[in-house]
Order: sequence, then structure tokens, then C-alpha cells
Amino acid sequence: MKPVITTAMTTLVALGVISLAAPASAEIRLGASVSATGPAAFLGDPEAKTIEMLVEQVNEAGGINGEKIELFLYDDGGDPNKARTFATRLVEDDEVVAIIGGSTTGTTMSIISVAEDEEIPFISLAGAIQIIDPVRDYVFKTPHTDRMACAKIFTDMAARELTKIGMISGTDGFGASMQAQCHDIAAEHGIEVIADETYGPQDADMTPQLTKISKTEGVQAILNPGFGQGPAIVTRNKAQLGINLPLYQSHGVASDGFIKLAGAEASEGVRLPGTALLIADILPDGDPQKDVVTSYKSAFEGKYEQKVSTFGGYANDAFLLMTSAMAKAGSDAEAIRNALEDTSGLVGTTGTYSFSANDHLGLDLSAFRMLEIRDGGWALAE
Amino acid sequence: MKSNLKWIQLAIVFVLIIALPAFFPSGYYYRVGALIFVNALSVVGLVILIGYAGQISLGHAGFAGIGAYACALGPDYVGLHPAFSVILGAVVSAGMAALIGKPILRLKGYYLAVATLGFGILVSMVLTNERALTGGPDGTAVAKLGLRSWLKDAGIKLSSGEFWYLVCGAVLLIGVWIALNLFHSATGRAMRALHGSEVAARTVGIDVAQVKLQAFVISAVYASVAGSLLALQNKFITPDVAGFMHSIEMVTMAVLGGVNSVLGATLGAAILTLLPQVLTIFAEYEQLVMGLVMILVMIFLPKGLLPSIAARLRGRGE
Repeated sequence: MKPVITTAMTTLVALGVISLAAPASAEIRLGASVSATGPAAFLGDPEAKTIEMLVEQVNEAGGINGEKIELFLYDDGGDPNKARTFATRLVEDDEVVAIIGGSTTGTTMSIISVAEDEEIPFISLAGAIQIIDPVRDYVFKTPHTDRMACAKIFTDMAARELTKIGMISGTDGFGASMQAQCHDIAAEHGIEVIADETYGPQDADMTPQLTKISKTEGVQAILNPGFGQGPAIVTRNKAQLGINLPLYQSHGVASDGFIKLAGAEASEGVRLPGTALLIADILPDGDPQKDVVTSYKSAFEGKYEQKVSTFGGYANDAFLLMTSAMAKAGSDAEAIRNALEDTSGLVGTTGTYSFSANDHLGLDLSAFRMLEIRDGGWALAE
Repeated sequence: MKSNLKWIQLAIVFVLIIALPAFFPSGYYYRVGALIFVNALSVVGLVILIGYAGQISLGHAGFAGIGAYACALGPDYVGLHPAFSVILGAVVSAGMAALIGKPILRLKGYYLAVATLGFGILVSMVLTNERALTGGPDGTAVAKLGLRSWLKDAGIKLSSGEFWYLVCGAVLLIGVWIALNLFHSATGRAMRALHGSEVAARTVGIDVAQVKLQAFVISAVYASVAGSLLALQNKFITPDVAGFMHSIEMVTMAVLGGVNSVLGATLGAAILTLLPQVLTIFAEYEQLVMGLVMILVMIFLPKGLLPSIAARLRGRGE
């Protein structure tokens, strides 16, 4: 009998531990689940820092209509299963009225089903188009879709009369999804993909794929959908092989880290669609986004001694959208959702958001800037 | 006496499943409970393979992946009801386990570990790269089971959390019952005999290869059903479920709780599922704490948490 009692006791004690985390009372409860650690940490880490910083700022300034924000921030480590658990916890246990988060498409899709079931407004920070297409009542998102990135790149290519291109894509979620979207709309822009190669997210050498593309008859430019280290290796390999074709990268690598990884020399002349945030310093004074991007950039870089990235910018925009909706609607989930959908002309770091009942992204192509890397820094290509 | 112990163990699991909700302050705890049961189920499968038969596998997440994607793809491609897709997943997993188990179970120790590891990674790669079929790394949606709305029509209203808590609890109970039965059966004794000494087992007439294969197939089915339950309750699944880290997590749970004990494994699953939830306040140190817990358990309680503590309390010590 003794081991039996022991078992019962140990299990009970173990299970009892979680009930210690009792919810505290607060004014406006905001939930967040981002991937601050794990493989997607380069997305989630600046997002988590941004949200924490902004909550602090708002509360120091007296809160929203006098009500302070209480933030419940969890790190899902990029695991969709954990993201779903944290979303459940945010809704059921922390009783939040709104959720920001979902750094990756996988974690976002997990949070969506909870947000929709429990009717809690949710702003996602992930890129894929299926998050807002079809439109779901309670789900919004701030980043551009990969389809829009493809459109921006193809427009620029068409303007430079580069119509026959080779693609080299990562097989990770981002790369694979963008590859499919680019194929989908290439013809609309008069672009023909005549070579199509892929690489694994951990691969350390892409010279075979690049050689094959450069040997393809008539190829005029190379497009590389992907994020993380892959695109940096592609850029380096292309320079090593002396391939003299224009190279386009995706918005997935729009950060200073990319130039550092690829090297200023190899990345000279690389073009990619990015947000105003990256070129805050060289943005002309009359630009509508100038104030937003400079204030976020100086606040973030002052607090964390770390360069801003596009991804932190997504979180910044999500927070601006959410708090401006809360300022109008108070702390009722349904009212916040309605106020979010009514958002019009809100200027963020990524672009200017105008939601409607059938558009929960609210950005257009003008929000993307075609950037070019020159002398190890960013410049406007147009 | 021995079969008494079996019923007592089963009763403990049953009472815990039924009684715990009384202490739940909110619906979120049902979700955590259901996750514990799902993890415990796959870990009980590993107890049969590692604890009973003494064979290692670092690729069991592969079977969880097969079970999970059977539930995602079965309704779409074969037109099967999600409930039957669980069975489809289990059959495919069992078939796959039998197929690959035959050659790789001839290996021992590290070699077996690496071979199973390879299998798990292969499944995960197929799920990631076959975009057209599986939806690729972004994952795919899983059809609703439909049982909850059917219960609702019958007048029993359950929240999603409560429903899955009960379903996973019931399946875990069945899993524990089968594992405990197996322990005392002829097959179970054969498994334990070959764990003790393969040569001795062969000498007394046990078909070693056959028994190893049985353990491998049974544990694969456990992992597969656990994967299916996870997919059905999350309604969304990504290839992460078949990932290498998930395999490691399963083995860690089993080793932490006590790999020879079904109840110990359940406890291990409970602790390692709860820990990340408890440690959210210092998420950055989560991995550190997990690692520390593992090291301390291995040094001070090498047989796993439950058997070691039970032995100490009984006064026998280590």
C-alpha cells in the first residue's frame, strides 16, 4: 500500500503547484504570446521587448483613459502546441480582453482557434496570407503578406525589364509559403520563373543551386524567398561565384543583421521590400511615417541597446492598433473588436492601417519601400 | 497480491482524473490536464518499450506525427471520420513500426538509438517537405471530431477544455490498464526476461526478435494515438509534433518519472508538462531549470522519481 500512497501524494503535490498562479486584479488586461526563445527568437525577442516597453510607456503616461494596462506575456518558444496552451491560459485564467502575438504562422494558427472560440480580439504578428484570408471575425494582423512582398518585387523587376528570373527558396515555413505565392502571381506581372531551386533551413552552402540558376539560359535576376541565415549564405555564395545578376531578397531579412551576416561587399546592390523603419534616418521629413518610426526607433534603441528590426515594428503597430481601439472601446472584448475593425488611417512603422469588415490586414503595397543595400547600409531604390 | 496492486494503481489514476477538476480555479487547467494525459499516454508506451523490454527509441515522435497527420489528412483525402482516422493512424503506425522494427531492432544500445532517431527525423522531414499533402511547415487544420456537439444535442453541455480533459483522461486510463495487464501477461514476462538478459531469455525459449518487435509496435500505437488526440484537440497541427525535440521530451518524461513504472511515467509527464507553465515568470531560465532537474534526478534518484522515492519511504534505500 505504501508506494500507492506515495504516488498519490507526489502527483497531488505536483498538480497543486500550478494553482499557486492566481490572477491579480487589474484595469485593462492585455495578453501576449510570442516566441521569445527557440528557433523563431529573432522574431519573438524584439516583439516581446517592444510590447513590454510600450506597456511601460503607456502606464507611465497614465494609462488608457486613466486605466492602466496589465500585461500577461508568455514565451511559446515557437511551439504551436504551447502557443495554444498559453492562449487558453490568457483567456481562461488571466481573463485578458485582447491578445497580441503569434510570431510564426504555426503559433498564430493555434492561437486563432482559441481567440475565435472565446471571441477575443487577436492581432497576429505573422506573415502568411491564410491568417486573414478568409477573414475571421476576431483575427487581425500587422505584417504584410508574402503575396504582397512578391507583388512589390515583381513590380520593381518589371520596371527594370527583368522578366526571366530564377528563384532559390528556403524550405522553412516562410520561404516555402512565399515561393508558392510568388509562383501564383508571377504571370500577372509578366514575370517568368525559368529556374526554381530550394535549400534546407540548416544548409551551409548553396553554390550548386546558384550555379544551376546562373547556367540557365536567359535568366536575368535571382529572387531568394527565405529568412534566417539561408539568404545571407545565398548572398555570399553568389558573390563568391561571381554571378553578375541582380539579387532580390524578401522582407524576411530586412534587418541590419542580414548585412552583417552576408557582408557589406557581397550584399552591395541587393534589393528587398522593407518598411520605413529600416530607413528611419534617411526618410524625408515630410514622410507620413517619419514621426512614428523615429519615435519607436529611438525609444527601443535607447532602452535595449539593440538595433530595431521590422519584427519589433510589427509588435509596435499591433500595440498601437490595440490601444487606440481600447481608448475608444474601453475594456470590453466585443467593443474592442468593433473598434479595431473601424480603425482608419492609423500610421504605424509598417504602413498605414485601415481595416474594414472584409480586410483585416488593412495595408497596401505603398507601405512597402523598395530598399537597396549600398555601402553596408540601406537606401531607397526608387 | 500482484493483481491487487494493478487495480490500486488503476484506481489512483481514475480517482485523480475524476477528483482533480474540483480544485481547478479556471478552464485553463482542463487544457493543462488534457495535455498531461496526452503526454502520459505516449510515455506509458515508452515504458513498455524501454522499461519492460529494455529497448531505446529516440524516434517515437515520428509515430505521434503519423497519428496526428492521419487525423488531419484522413477526413480530407480518404473521407474517413476523424474518429476512425485515429484508428487509421494507429494501423499505419503499427505497420510502419513492424516494417522498420524488424531490421533495426537487431541493433543494440547506441546503434538502436541512432536508427530510431533517423526514423523520427525522416517522418518529420516528409511532413515538412511534402507541402502539397501536409501543408508544409506552416501546418494544417484538423477537422472537428463532432462528438461534443453530438453530446450537446443529447443534453450534455461541456466546454472544449472539459470535453478533452475527459476524453484524454479516459484514453489514458485504458492505456494504463492495458500496460498494467501486459506487465503480468506471458508477453510482458517475456519482455522483462529479455530486458534482464537476452541470452538467458533466448535459452528459455523466448523468440527475442518477435518479443522486441511486439514491444516496439505496441509503443508505436500508444504514441500514434497520443498524437491523434493532440491533433484533434488543437484542431491544428504542424510538423513540430514529429520533431526531434518531442522525441527527446518523451524519453525525458519517462526517465524522470521512472521508466519501469507506469505510474512513475505518468508523474514524469505531469511534471514536465507543468514545469513550463509554472516557470513562465522566468521563461529565460526554463531550459536551465529543466536541465538541472534532470541532472539532479539522474544523480540522486537514478531509477526515476517515483520508484526511488517509493523505495526510500519503504526504508530500503538505494
